[in-house]
Amino acid sequence: MIGVEHYVVVSSILFVLGVLGIFLNRKNVIIILMAIELILLAVNLNLVAFSSFLGDLTGQIFAMFVLTVAAGEAAVGLAILVIYFRGRGTIAVDDVNRMKG
Amino acid sequence: MDWSQSLRLIAPEETLSVAGLILLLVAAWAGDKAARAISIAAVAALVAAMALVAPALCNGAMGPETAAFGGQMRADAFASFAKLLIYGSAAVALVVAPSFFDRVRAMRAEYPVLVLFAAVGTGMMVSAGDFLTLYIGLEMNSLASYVLAAFLRSDDRSAEAGLKYFVLGALASGILLFGISLTYGFTGTTSFAGVHAALGGGLNTGMVFGIVFVLAGIAFKIAAVPFHMWTPDVYEGAPTPVTLFFATAPKVGAMGMLMRVAIVAFGSAAGAWQQIVIFAAVASIVIGALGAIGQRNIKRLLAYSSINNVGFILIGLAIATPQGSAAMLTYLAIYVAMTVGSFVVVLALRDHNGAPVEDLADMAGLSTTNRLLAWVMLVLMFSLAGVPPMFGFWGKFVVFQAAVDAGFMPLATIGIAASVIGAFYYLKVVKVMFFDEPAGKVGRESELVHSALLIGTSLFLSPLGYLLTKWLGGLTGHAAAALYHFA
Repeated sequence: MIGVEHYVVVSSILFVLGVLGIFLNRKNVIIILMAIELILLAVNLNLVAFSSFLGDLTGQIFAMFVLTVAAGEAAVGLAILVIYFRGRGTIAVDDVNRMKG
Repeated sequence: MDWSQSLRLIAPEETLSVAGLILLLVAAWAGDKAARAISIAAVAALVAAMALVAPALCNGAMGPETAAFGGQMRADAFASFAKLLIYGSAAVALVVAPSFFDRVRAMRAEYPVLVLFAAVGTGMMVSAGDFLTLYIGLEMNSLASYVLAAFLRSDDRSAEAGLKYFVLGALASGILLFGISLTYGFTGTTSFAGVHAALGGGLNTGMVFGIVFVLAGIAFKIAAVPFHMWTPDVYEGAPTPVTLFFATAPKVGAMGMLMRVAIVAFGSAAGAWQQIVIFAAVASIVIGALGAIGQRNIKRLLAYSSINNVGFILIGLAIATPQGSAAMLTYLAIYVAMTVGSFVVVLALRDHNGAPVEDLADMAGLSTTNRLLAWVMLVLMFSLAGVPPMFGFWGKFVVFQAAVDAGFMPLATIGIAASVIGAFYYLKVVKVMFFDEPAGKVGRESELVHSALLIGTSLFLSPLGYLLTKWLGGLTGHAAAALYHFA
Protein backbone atom coordinates (compact mmCIF):
# COMPACT_ATOMS: atom_id res chain seq x y z
CA MET A 1 0.00 0.00 0.00
CA ILE A 2 1.41 3.38 -0.99
CA GLY A 3 0.88 5.95 1.75
CA VAL A 4 1.42 9.70 1.93
CA GLU A 5 4.98 9.21 3.22
CA HIS A 6 6.03 7.67 -0.12
CA TYR A 7 4.82 10.76 -1.92
CA VAL A 8 6.68 13.03 0.52
CA VAL A 9 9.90 11.04 0.00
CA VAL A 10 9.61 11.23 -3.79
CA SER A 11 8.85 14.95 -3.74
CA SER A 12 11.74 15.60 -1.33
CA ILE A 13 14.09 13.75 -3.69
CA LEU A 14 12.81 15.83 -6.63
CA PHE A 15 13.24 19.02 -4.60
CA VAL A 16 16.83 18.18 -3.67
CA LEU A 17 17.59 17.26 -7.30
CA GLY A 18 16.22 20.64 -8.37
CA VAL A 19 18.33 22.56 -5.84
CA LEU A 20 21.45 20.57 -6.80
CA GLY A 21 20.65 21.24 -10.45
CA ILE A 22 20.87 24.98 -9.75
CA PHE A 23 24.09 24.86 -7.76
CA LEU A 24 26.14 22.06 -9.38
CA ASN A 25 25.40 22.91 -13.00
CA ARG A 26 28.22 24.94 -14.57
CA LYS A 27 27.14 24.66 -18.17
CA ASN A 28 23.92 26.25 -19.20
CA VAL A 29 21.33 28.63 -17.80
CA ILE A 30 18.54 26.66 -19.53
CA ILE A 31 19.31 23.76 -17.18
CA ILE A 32 18.76 26.13 -14.24
CA LEU A 33 15.30 26.97 -15.63
CA MET A 34 14.54 23.24 -15.85
CA ALA A 35 15.76 22.75 -12.27
CA ILE A 36 13.39 25.52 -11.10
CA GLU A 37 10.49 23.76 -12.81
CA LEU A 38 11.51 20.53 -11.08
CA ILE A 39 11.36 22.26 -7.68
CA LEU A 40 7.89 23.62 -8.40
CA LEU A 41 6.69 20.20 -9.57
CA ALA A 42 8.02 18.63 -6.36
CA VAL A 43 5.98 21.16 -4.40
CA ASN A 44 2.87 20.39 -6.47
CA LEU A 45 3.25 16.67 -5.89
CA ASN A 46 3.51 17.35 -2.17
CA LEU A 47 0.45 19.61 -2.15
CA VAL A 48 -1.75 17.20 -4.09
CA ALA A 49 -0.64 14.19 -2.04
CA PHE A 50 -1.34 15.99 1.24
CA SER A 51 -4.64 17.27 -0.12
CA SER A 52 -5.80 13.77 -0.98
CA PHE A 53 -4.49 12.37 2.31
CA LEU A 54 -6.19 15.08 4.40
CA GLY A 55 -9.41 15.00 2.35
CA ASP A 56 -9.13 18.80 2.02
CA LEU A 57 -9.35 20.70 -1.27
CA THR A 58 -7.06 23.62 -0.33
CA GLY A 59 -3.93 21.78 -1.46
CA GLN A 60 -5.29 21.10 -4.94
CA ILE A 61 -6.39 24.73 -5.36
CA PHE A 62 -2.93 25.80 -4.22
CA ALA A 63 -1.38 23.47 -6.82
CA MET A 64 -3.43 25.17 -9.56
CA PHE A 65 -2.09 28.57 -8.49
CA VAL A 66 1.46 27.22 -8.42
CA LEU A 67 1.07 25.82 -11.95
CA THR A 68 -0.15 29.19 -13.23
CA VAL A 69 2.63 31.15 -11.57
CA ALA A 70 5.23 28.61 -12.78
CA ALA A 71 4.15 29.27 -16.36
CA GLY A 72 4.51 33.03 -15.85
CA GLU A 73 7.86 32.56 -14.17
CA ALA A 74 9.20 30.44 -17.04
CA ALA A 75 8.07 33.09 -19.54
CA VAL A 76 9.78 35.92 -17.65
CA GLY A 77 12.91 33.81 -17.14
CA LEU A 78 13.24 32.93 -20.82
CA ALA A 79 12.64 36.57 -21.81
CA ILE A 80 15.46 37.74 -19.52
CA LEU A 81 17.66 34.96 -20.88
CA VAL A 82 17.01 36.14 -24.43
CA ILE A 83 18.09 39.74 -23.72
CA TYR A 84 21.09 38.41 -21.84
CA PHE A 85 22.09 36.25 -24.81
CA ARG A 86 21.66 39.18 -27.20
CA GLY A 87 24.11 41.26 -25.20
CA ARG A 88 26.71 38.62 -24.43
CA GLY A 89 26.37 35.91 -27.05
CA THR A 90 26.62 33.12 -24.47
CA ILE A 91 24.44 31.52 -21.81
CA ALA A 92 27.15 29.51 -20.04
CA VAL A 93 26.82 29.84 -16.25
CA ASP A 94 30.55 30.46 -15.79
CA ASP A 95 30.35 33.55 -17.99
CA VAL A 96 27.77 35.29 -15.78
CA ASN A 97 30.53 37.18 -13.98
CA ARG A 98 30.48 40.82 -15.10
CA MET A 99 30.00 41.87 -11.47
CA LYS A 100 32.08 40.49 -8.59
CA GLY A 101 33.18 41.36 -5.08
CA MET B 1 -18.44 39.14 6.61
CA ASP B 2 -20.21 39.82 3.33
CA TRP B 3 -18.71 40.21 -0.10
CA SER B 4 -19.14 43.98 -0.42
CA GLN B 5 -17.46 44.54 2.94
CA SER B 6 -14.49 42.45 1.75
CA LEU B 7 -14.28 44.44 -1.46
CA ARG B 8 -14.29 47.66 0.54
CA LEU B 9 -11.41 46.42 2.71
CA ILE B 10 -9.15 45.77 -0.28
CA ALA B 11 -9.93 49.14 -1.93
CA PRO B 12 -6.23 50.16 -2.15
CA GLU B 13 -5.34 46.97 -4.06
CA GLU B 14 -8.32 47.44 -6.36
CA THR B 15 -7.37 51.06 -7.08
CA LEU B 16 -3.81 50.10 -7.93
CA SER B 17 -4.61 47.04 -10.04
CA VAL B 18 -7.33 48.81 -12.04
CA ALA B 19 -4.99 51.79 -12.55
CA GLY B 20 -2.22 49.38 -13.59
CA LEU B 21 -4.42 47.61 -16.14
CA ILE B 22 -5.72 50.86 -17.64
CA LEU B 23 -2.22 52.31 -17.85
CA LEU B 24 -1.00 49.09 -19.48
CA LEU B 25 -3.59 49.57 -22.22
CA VAL B 26 -2.61 53.23 -22.58
CA ALA B 27 1.03 52.15 -22.81
CA ALA B 28 0.15 49.63 -25.52
CA TRP B 29 -1.82 52.16 -27.60
CA ALA B 30 0.12 55.38 -27.09
CA GLY B 31 3.62 53.92 -26.88
CA ASP B 32 6.72 55.36 -25.23
CA LYS B 33 5.90 59.02 -25.88
CA ALA B 34 3.17 58.70 -23.23
CA ALA B 35 5.71 57.41 -20.66
CA ARG B 36 5.79 60.65 -18.69
CA ALA B 37 1.99 61.00 -18.55
CA ILE B 38 1.68 57.36 -17.46
CA SER B 39 4.27 57.96 -14.73
CA ILE B 40 2.26 60.91 -13.41
CA ALA B 41 -0.97 58.88 -13.46
CA ALA B 42 0.78 55.99 -11.66
CA VAL B 43 2.06 58.34 -8.93
CA ALA B 44 -1.48 59.71 -8.56
CA ALA B 45 -2.83 56.14 -8.17
CA LEU B 46 -0.22 55.41 -5.51
CA VAL B 47 -1.09 58.59 -3.60
CA ALA B 48 -4.79 57.68 -3.80
CA ALA B 49 -4.00 54.21 -2.44
CA MET B 50 -2.02 55.79 0.41
CA ALA B 51 -5.02 57.98 1.24
CA LEU B 52 -7.18 54.83 1.30
CA VAL B 53 -4.91 52.90 3.69
CA ALA B 54 -4.16 55.77 6.07
CA PRO B 55 -7.48 55.69 8.03
CA ALA B 56 -6.98 52.04 9.10
CA LEU B 57 -3.63 53.00 10.62
CA CYS B 58 -4.92 56.09 12.43
CA ASN B 59 -7.91 54.18 13.87
CA GLY B 60 -5.67 51.29 14.88
CA ALA B 61 -7.94 48.84 12.99
CA MET B 62 -7.63 45.24 14.19
CA GLY B 63 -9.68 42.15 14.88
CA PRO B 64 -12.28 40.23 12.85
CA GLU B 65 -13.71 43.27 11.02
CA THR B 66 -10.37 43.73 9.19
CA ALA B 67 -10.41 40.20 7.71
CA ALA B 68 -11.50 40.15 4.07
CA PHE B 69 -12.57 37.07 2.07
CA GLY B 70 -12.68 34.70 5.02
CA GLY B 71 -9.32 35.78 6.43
CA GLN B 72 -7.38 35.57 3.13
CA MET B 73 -6.48 39.25 3.43
CA ARG B 74 -6.14 41.43 6.51
CA ALA B 75 -6.53 45.21 6.19
CA ASP B 76 -5.39 46.05 9.73
CA ALA B 77 -3.20 48.82 11.13
CA PHE B 78 -0.05 46.72 10.66
CA ALA B 79 -0.69 46.20 6.95
CA SER B 80 -1.57 49.89 6.58
CA PHE B 81 1.70 51.04 8.14
CA ALA B 82 3.74 48.82 5.84
CA LYS B 83 1.65 49.78 2.80
CA LEU B 84 2.18 53.49 3.42
CA LEU B 85 5.94 52.90 3.31
CA ILE B 86 5.65 50.62 0.25
CA TYR B 87 3.41 52.89 -1.84
CA GLY B 88 5.41 55.95 -0.80
CA SER B 89 8.72 54.47 -1.89
CA ALA B 90 7.20 53.15 -5.13
CA ALA B 91 6.03 56.71 -5.86
CA VAL B 92 9.56 58.03 -5.24
CA ALA B 93 10.97 55.34 -7.57
CA LEU B 94 8.59 56.66 -10.27
CA VAL B 95 9.32 60.33 -9.66
CA VAL B 96 13.11 60.00 -10.00
CA ALA B 97 13.02 57.62 -12.98
CA PRO B 98 12.33 59.85 -16.05
CA SER B 99 15.46 61.99 -15.72
CA PHE B 100 17.61 58.86 -15.29
CA PHE B 101 16.16 56.89 -18.19
CA ASP B 102 15.90 59.89 -20.53
CA ARG B 103 19.68 60.23 -20.60
CA VAL B 104 20.06 56.72 -22.00
CA ARG B 105 16.87 57.10 -24.08
CA ALA B 106 15.26 54.17 -22.29
CA MET B 107 12.22 55.79 -20.64
CA ARG B 108 9.66 53.27 -21.75
CA ALA B 109 5.98 53.24 -20.91
CA GLU B 110 6.06 49.87 -19.15
CA TYR B 111 8.27 51.09 -16.31
CA PRO B 112 5.49 52.80 -14.29
CA VAL B 113 3.12 49.89 -15.00
CA LEU B 114 5.63 47.33 -13.71
CA VAL B 115 6.30 49.42 -10.59
CA LEU B 116 2.53 49.63 -9.95
CA PHE B 117 2.09 45.85 -10.23
CA ALA B 118 5.10 45.25 -8.01
CA ALA B 119 3.59 47.65 -5.44
CA VAL B 120 0.24 45.79 -5.51
CA GLY B 121 2.04 42.47 -4.94
CA THR B 122 4.16 43.91 -2.14
CA GLY B 123 1.05 45.30 -0.47
CA MET B 124 -0.62 41.88 -0.70
CA MET B 125 2.40 40.28 0.99
CA VAL B 126 1.98 42.39 4.11
CA SER B 127 -1.79 41.99 4.35
CA ALA B 128 -1.86 38.23 3.65
CA GLY B 129 -3.74 36.15 6.20
CA ASP B 130 -3.15 32.87 4.39
CA PHE B 131 -0.16 31.24 2.71
CA LEU B 132 -2.00 31.23 -0.61
CA THR B 133 -2.42 35.05 -0.63
CA LEU B 134 1.14 35.42 0.58
CA TYR B 135 2.47 33.34 -2.32
CA ILE B 136 0.43 35.20 -4.95
CA GLY B 137 1.52 38.58 -3.57
CA LEU B 138 5.15 37.49 -3.45
CA GLU B 139 5.13 36.25 -7.05
CA MET B 140 3.31 39.33 -8.30
CA ASN B 141 6.06 41.44 -6.78
CA SER B 142 8.88 39.13 -7.91
CA LEU B 143 7.84 38.69 -11.54
CA ALA B 144 7.59 42.47 -11.98
CA SER B 145 10.91 42.96 -10.16
CA TYR B 146 12.84 40.49 -12.36
CA VAL B 147 11.81 42.49 -15.41
CA LEU B 148 12.62 45.81 -13.72
CA ALA B 149 16.15 44.62 -12.83
CA ALA B 150 16.82 43.86 -16.51
CA PHE B 151 15.11 47.05 -17.66
CA LEU B 152 18.12 48.55 -19.46
CA ARG B 153 18.03 45.83 -22.11
CA SER B 154 21.17 46.94 -23.94
CA ASP B 155 23.28 47.21 -20.77
CA ASP B 156 25.27 44.05 -19.94
CA ARG B 157 25.23 44.64 -16.21
CA SER B 158 21.47 45.21 -16.10
CA ALA B 159 20.74 42.00 -18.03
CA GLU B 160 23.09 40.07 -15.77
CA ALA B 161 21.43 41.55 -12.67
CA GLY B 162 18.05 40.48 -14.02
CA LEU B 163 19.29 36.95 -14.69
CA LYS B 164 20.86 36.58 -11.25
CA TYR B 165 17.83 38.05 -9.51
CA PHE B 166 15.53 35.73 -11.47
CA VAL B 167 17.45 32.51 -10.73
CA LEU B 168 17.94 33.19 -7.02
CA GLY B 169 14.45 34.67 -6.58
CA ALA B 170 12.86 31.63 -8.23
CA LEU B 171 14.93 29.34 -6.01
CA ALA B 172 13.79 31.32 -2.96
CA SER B 173 10.11 31.02 -3.93
CA GLY B 174 10.68 27.28 -4.52
CA ILE B 175 12.13 26.85 -1.02
CA LEU B 176 9.33 28.94 0.49
CA LEU B 177 6.70 26.91 -1.37
CA PHE B 178 8.21 23.61 -0.26
CA GLY B 179 8.01 24.87 3.32
CA ILE B 180 4.40 25.93 2.79
CA SER B 181 3.51 22.50 1.38
CA LEU B 182 5.05 20.78 4.43
CA THR B 183 3.30 23.19 6.81
CA TYR B 184 0.02 22.51 5.02
CA GLY B 185 0.55 18.75 5.15
CA PHE B 186 1.36 18.60 8.84
CA THR B 187 -1.12 21.19 10.11
CA GLY B 188 -3.95 20.56 7.62
CA THR B 189 -4.53 24.24 6.82
CA THR B 190 -2.91 27.17 5.04
CA SER B 191 -4.52 29.99 7.04
CA PHE B 192 -2.21 31.75 9.51
CA ALA B 193 -4.73 31.51 12.35
CA GLY B 194 -5.27 27.77 11.65
CA VAL B 195 -1.52 27.08 11.56
CA HIS B 196 -1.15 29.02 14.83
CA ALA B 197 -3.74 26.81 16.50
CA ALA B 198 -2.28 23.59 15.07
CA LEU B 199 1.30 24.40 16.11
CA GLY B 200 0.10 25.19 19.65
CA GLY B 201 -0.64 21.47 20.09
CA GLY B 202 3.06 20.51 19.85
CA LEU B 203 5.65 20.24 17.09
CA ASN B 204 6.72 17.27 14.99
CA THR B 205 9.65 16.94 12.60
CA GLY B 206 7.59 17.76 9.53
CA MET B 207 6.39 21.03 11.08
CA VAL B 208 9.93 22.02 12.05
CA PHE B 209 11.10 21.38 8.47
CA GLY B 210 8.18 23.45 7.19
CA ILE B 211 9.05 26.38 9.49
CA VAL B 212 12.74 26.26 8.54
CA PHE B 213 12.03 26.16 4.78
CA VAL B 214 9.50 29.00 4.97
CA LEU B 215 11.91 31.18 6.97
CA ALA B 216 14.82 30.35 4.61
CA GLY B 217 12.71 31.37 1.61
CA ILE B 218 11.76 34.68 3.23
CA ALA B 219 15.37 35.29 4.34
CA PHE B 220 16.31 35.28 0.63
CA LYS B 221 13.76 37.99 -0.04
CA ILE B 222 14.92 40.27 2.80
CA ALA B 223 18.58 39.51 1.92
CA ALA B 224 19.53 38.26 5.37
CA VAL B 225 22.80 36.32 5.79
CA PRO B 226 23.33 33.45 4.76
CA PHE B 227 21.03 34.18 1.79
CA HIS B 228 22.41 37.63 0.91
CA MET B 229 24.87 36.87 -1.89
CA TRP B 230 22.62 38.11 -4.71
CA THR B 231 22.13 41.58 -3.19
CA PRO B 232 25.36 43.42 -4.14
CA ASP B 233 25.27 42.16 -7.74
CA VAL B 234 21.61 42.99 -8.27
CA TYR B 235 21.90 46.42 -6.62
CA GLU B 236 24.95 47.28 -8.71
CA GLY B 237 23.60 46.01 -12.02
CA ALA B 238 20.00 47.23 -11.86
CA PRO B 239 19.28 50.81 -13.05
CA THR B 240 19.57 53.15 -10.05
CA PRO B 241 15.84 54.10 -9.77
CA VAL B 242 15.07 50.36 -9.77
CA THR B 243 17.72 49.76 -7.11
CA LEU B 244 16.06 52.49 -5.02
CA PHE B 245 12.80 50.58 -5.41
CA PHE B 246 14.37 47.17 -4.55
CA ALA B 247 16.03 48.54 -1.44
CA THR B 248 12.78 49.99 -0.08
CA ALA B 249 9.37 48.61 -1.13
CA PRO B 250 10.04 44.85 -1.52
CA LYS B 251 12.27 44.98 1.55
CA VAL B 252 9.49 46.47 3.68
CA GLY B 253 7.03 44.00 2.11
CA ALA B 254 9.18 40.95 2.80
CA MET B 255 9.94 42.15 6.31
CA GLY B 256 6.23 42.73 7.02
CA MET B 257 5.45 39.29 5.58
CA LEU B 258 8.17 37.75 7.76
CA MET B 259 6.72 39.43 10.88
CA ARG B 260 3.20 38.25 10.03
CA VAL B 261 4.35 34.67 9.32
CA ALA B 262 6.66 34.40 12.33
CA ILE B 263 4.38 36.02 14.88
CA VAL B 264 0.90 35.06 13.69
CA ALA B 265 1.36 31.71 11.87
CA PHE B 266 4.37 30.34 13.76
CA GLY B 267 3.88 32.41 16.93
CA SER B 268 2.86 29.45 19.06
CA ALA B 269 6.17 27.73 18.24
CA ALA B 270 8.43 30.75 18.82
CA GLY B 271 11.12 28.55 20.38
CA ALA B 272 11.56 26.77 17.03
CA TRP B 273 12.49 29.90 15.05
CA GLN B 274 13.96 32.36 17.57
CA GLN B 275 17.43 30.78 17.39
CA ILE B 276 17.38 30.94 13.58
CA VAL B 277 16.38 34.61 13.59
CA ILE B 278 19.02 35.49 16.19
CA PHE B 279 21.68 33.79 14.05
CA ALA B 280 20.48 35.58 10.90
CA ALA B 281 20.40 38.93 12.73
CA VAL B 282 23.93 38.71 14.15
CA ALA B 283 25.39 37.25 10.93
CA SER B 284 23.72 39.96 8.81
CA ILE B 285 25.03 42.76 11.01
CA VAL B 286 28.60 41.39 10.99
CA ILE B 287 28.78 40.33 7.30
CA GLY B 288 27.05 43.54 6.22
CA ALA B 289 29.61 45.62 8.10
CA LEU B 290 32.69 43.61 7.04
CA GLY B 291 31.63 43.14 3.42
CA ALA B 292 31.18 46.86 2.86
CA ILE B 293 34.71 47.78 3.91
CA GLY B 294 36.46 46.82 0.65
CA GLN B 295 33.79 48.14 -1.74
CA ARG B 296 34.63 50.82 -4.32
CA ASN B 297 31.21 51.06 -5.97
CA ILE B 298 28.76 53.19 -4.01
CA LYS B 299 25.75 51.03 -4.98
CA ARG B 300 27.51 47.86 -3.77
CA LEU B 301 28.38 49.67 -0.56
CA LEU B 302 24.74 50.60 -0.04
CA ALA B 303 23.77 46.96 -0.74
CA TYR B 304 25.97 45.80 2.13
CA SER B 305 24.60 48.64 4.23
CA SER B 306 21.07 47.31 3.62
CA ILE B 307 22.17 43.78 4.66
CA ASN B 308 23.58 45.35 7.83
CA ASN B 309 20.33 47.22 8.53
CA VAL B 310 18.23 44.08 7.98
CA GLY B 311 20.26 42.50 10.79
CA PHE B 312 19.30 45.29 13.20
CA ILE B 313 15.63 45.01 12.19
CA LEU B 314 15.72 41.22 12.77
CA ILE B 315 16.80 41.79 16.40
CA GLY B 316 13.31 43.19 16.98
CA LEU B 317 11.79 40.00 15.55
CA ALA B 318 14.05 37.65 17.51
CA ILE B 319 12.70 38.89 20.84
CA ALA B 320 9.09 38.23 19.67
CA THR B 321 7.34 40.88 21.78
CA PRO B 322 4.90 43.65 20.72
CA GLN B 323 7.53 46.19 21.79
CA GLY B 324 10.07 44.50 19.52
CA SER B 325 7.65 44.60 16.57
CA ALA B 326 6.89 48.29 17.16
CA ALA B 327 10.64 48.94 17.25
CA MET B 328 11.08 47.06 13.95
CA LEU B 329 8.44 49.23 12.31
CA THR B 330 10.05 52.43 13.62
CA TYR B 331 13.41 51.25 12.29
CA LEU B 332 11.83 50.32 8.93
CA ALA B 333 10.31 53.80 8.53
CA ILE B 334 13.66 55.47 9.27
CA TYR B 335 15.49 52.91 7.08
CA VAL B 336 13.22 53.74 4.13
CA ALA B 337 13.97 57.46 4.50
CA MET B 338 17.73 56.81 4.74
CA THR B 339 17.72 54.47 1.73
CA VAL B 340 15.65 56.82 -0.43
CA GLY B 341 18.02 59.66 0.47
CA SER B 342 21.19 57.67 -0.28
CA PHE B 343 19.99 56.44 -3.66
CA VAL B 344 18.80 59.92 -4.67
CA VAL B 345 22.35 61.10 -3.88
CA VAL B 346 23.65 58.32 -6.16
CA LEU B 347 21.21 59.46 -8.86
CA ALA B 348 22.32 63.07 -8.46
CA LEU B 349 26.02 62.15 -8.76
CA ARG B 350 26.77 62.83 -12.42
CA ASP B 351 29.89 63.90 -14.22
CA HIS B 352 30.10 66.96 -16.49
CA ASN B 353 28.65 65.00 -19.44
CA GLY B 354 25.73 63.72 -17.38
CA ALA B 355 27.03 60.13 -17.13
CA PRO B 356 26.42 58.47 -13.75
CA VAL B 357 29.28 58.47 -11.22
CA GLU B 358 29.27 55.31 -9.08
CA ASP B 359 32.89 55.02 -8.01
CA LEU B 360 33.62 56.03 -4.43
CA ALA B 361 36.99 57.51 -5.46
CA ASP B 362 35.27 59.91 -7.87
CA MET B 363 33.35 61.42 -4.96
CA ALA B 364 36.60 62.75 -3.46
CA GLY B 365 36.38 66.38 -2.39
CA LEU B 366 32.67 66.57 -3.12
CA SER B 367 32.28 69.17 -0.37
CA THR B 368 34.13 71.73 -2.48
CA THR B 369 32.45 70.95 -5.82
CA ASN B 370 28.86 70.21 -4.79
CA ARG B 371 28.14 71.47 -1.30
CA LEU B 372 24.47 70.38 -1.02
CA LEU B 373 25.14 66.77 -2.05
CA ALA B 374 28.10 66.45 0.30
CA TRP B 375 26.21 67.76 3.35
CA VAL B 376 23.13 65.64 2.63
CA MET B 377 25.35 62.57 2.24
CA LEU B 378 26.99 63.48 5.57
CA VAL B 379 23.58 63.50 7.30
CA LEU B 380 22.65 60.19 5.62
CA MET B 381 25.91 58.44 6.48
CA PHE B 382 25.86 59.60 10.13
CA SER B 383 22.24 58.52 10.28
CA LEU B 384 22.96 55.07 8.81
CA ALA B 385 25.86 54.65 11.22
CA GLY B 386 23.54 55.58 14.12
CA VAL B 387 25.54 58.56 15.37
CA PRO B 388 23.38 60.22 18.07
CA PRO B 389 22.32 63.67 16.88
CA MET B 390 20.85 62.13 13.71
CA PHE B 391 17.48 60.41 13.61
CA GLY B 392 19.01 57.08 12.48
CA PHE B 393 20.17 56.68 16.08
CA TRP B 394 16.55 56.56 17.25
CA GLY B 395 15.81 53.44 15.15
CA LYS B 396 18.75 51.56 16.64
CA PHE B 397 17.92 52.87 20.11
CA VAL B 398 14.32 51.56 20.16
CA VAL B 399 15.41 48.16 18.79
CA PHE B 400 18.13 47.74 21.44
CA GLN B 401 15.83 49.03 24.17
CA ALA B 402 13.23 46.40 23.23
CA ALA B 403 15.95 43.71 23.26
CA VAL B 404 17.21 44.77 26.69
CA ASP B 405 13.66 44.99 28.10
CA ALA B 406 12.98 41.44 26.90
CA GLY B 407 16.16 40.19 28.60
CA PHE B 408 18.24 39.66 25.45
CA MET B 409 21.34 41.43 26.79
CA PRO B 410 23.97 39.43 24.81
CA LEU B 411 22.13 40.05 21.53
CA ALA B 412 21.95 43.80 22.21
CA THR B 413 25.63 43.89 23.19
CA ILE B 414 26.76 42.11 20.02
CA GLY B 415 24.55 44.42 17.95
CA ILE B 416 25.98 47.58 19.49
CA ALA B 417 29.57 46.31 19.15
CA ALA B 418 29.01 45.41 15.49
CA SER B 419 27.44 48.78 14.71
CA VAL B 420 30.81 50.31 15.60
CA ILE B 421 32.45 48.20 12.84
CA GLY B 422 29.74 49.45 10.49
CA ALA B 423 30.46 53.06 11.42
CA PHE B 424 33.95 52.65 9.90
CA TYR B 425 32.85 52.55 6.27
CA TYR B 426 30.10 55.12 6.65
CA LEU B 427 32.66 57.53 8.09
CA LYS B 428 35.07 56.57 5.30
CA VAL B 429 32.57 57.93 2.78
CA VAL B 430 32.40 61.20 4.76
CA LYS B 431 36.21 61.35 4.91
CA VAL B 432 36.49 60.84 1.15
CA MET B 433 33.97 63.61 0.49
CA PHE B 434 35.32 66.19 2.91
CA PHE B 435 39.04 65.60 3.40
CA ASP B 436 40.37 64.05 0.19
CA GLU B 437 41.90 65.97 -2.70
CA PRO B 438 38.99 66.95 -5.02
CA ALA B 439 38.68 64.59 -8.00
CA GLY B 440 36.56 67.15 -9.85
CA LYS B 441 34.51 64.46 -11.55
CA VAL B 442 31.07 65.38 -10.26
CA GLY B 443 29.21 68.15 -12.08
CA ARG B 444 27.34 71.00 -10.43
CA GLU B 445 23.95 70.89 -12.08
CA SER B 446 21.10 69.64 -9.95
CA GLU B 447 17.49 68.75 -10.56
CA LEU B 448 14.53 70.16 -8.70
CA VAL B 449 13.06 66.71 -7.88
CA HIS B 450 16.37 65.46 -6.48
CA SER B 451 16.93 68.57 -4.39
CA ALA B 452 13.40 68.46 -2.96
CA LEU B 453 13.71 64.77 -2.02
CA LEU B 454 17.18 65.28 -0.56
CA ILE B 455 16.13 68.25 1.56
CA GLY B 456 13.00 66.39 2.71
CA THR B 457 14.84 63.22 3.79
CA SER B 458 17.70 65.09 5.42
CA LEU B 459 15.28 67.25 7.44
CA PHE B 460 13.51 64.06 8.58
CA LEU B 461 16.84 62.43 9.50
CA SER B 462 18.33 65.54 11.13
CA PRO B 463 17.81 66.11 14.87
CA LEU B 464 14.45 67.69 13.90
CA GLY B 465 13.22 64.12 13.39
CA TYR B 466 13.06 63.67 17.16
CA LEU B 467 9.99 65.93 17.18
CA LEU B 468 8.21 63.02 15.42
CA THR B 469 9.16 60.28 17.89
CA LYS B 470 5.89 60.50 19.84
CA TRP B 471 3.74 60.43 16.69
CA LEU B 472 5.81 57.62 15.11
CA GLY B 473 5.71 55.69 18.39
CA GLY B 474 1.90 55.97 18.49
CA LEU B 475 1.52 54.69 14.91
CA THR B 476 3.94 51.78 15.34
CA GLY B 477 2.22 50.94 18.63
CA HIS B 478 -1.14 50.69 16.81
CA ALA B 479 0.43 48.55 14.09
CA ALA B 480 2.19 46.18 16.50
CA ALA B 481 -0.99 45.80 18.58
CA ALA B 482 -2.90 44.86 15.41
CA LEU B 483 -0.22 42.31 14.49
CA TYR B 484 -0.53 40.61 17.88
CA HIS B 485 -4.33 40.67 17.84
CA PHE B 486 -5.24 37.60 15.79
CA ALA B 487 -8.80 36.49 16.11
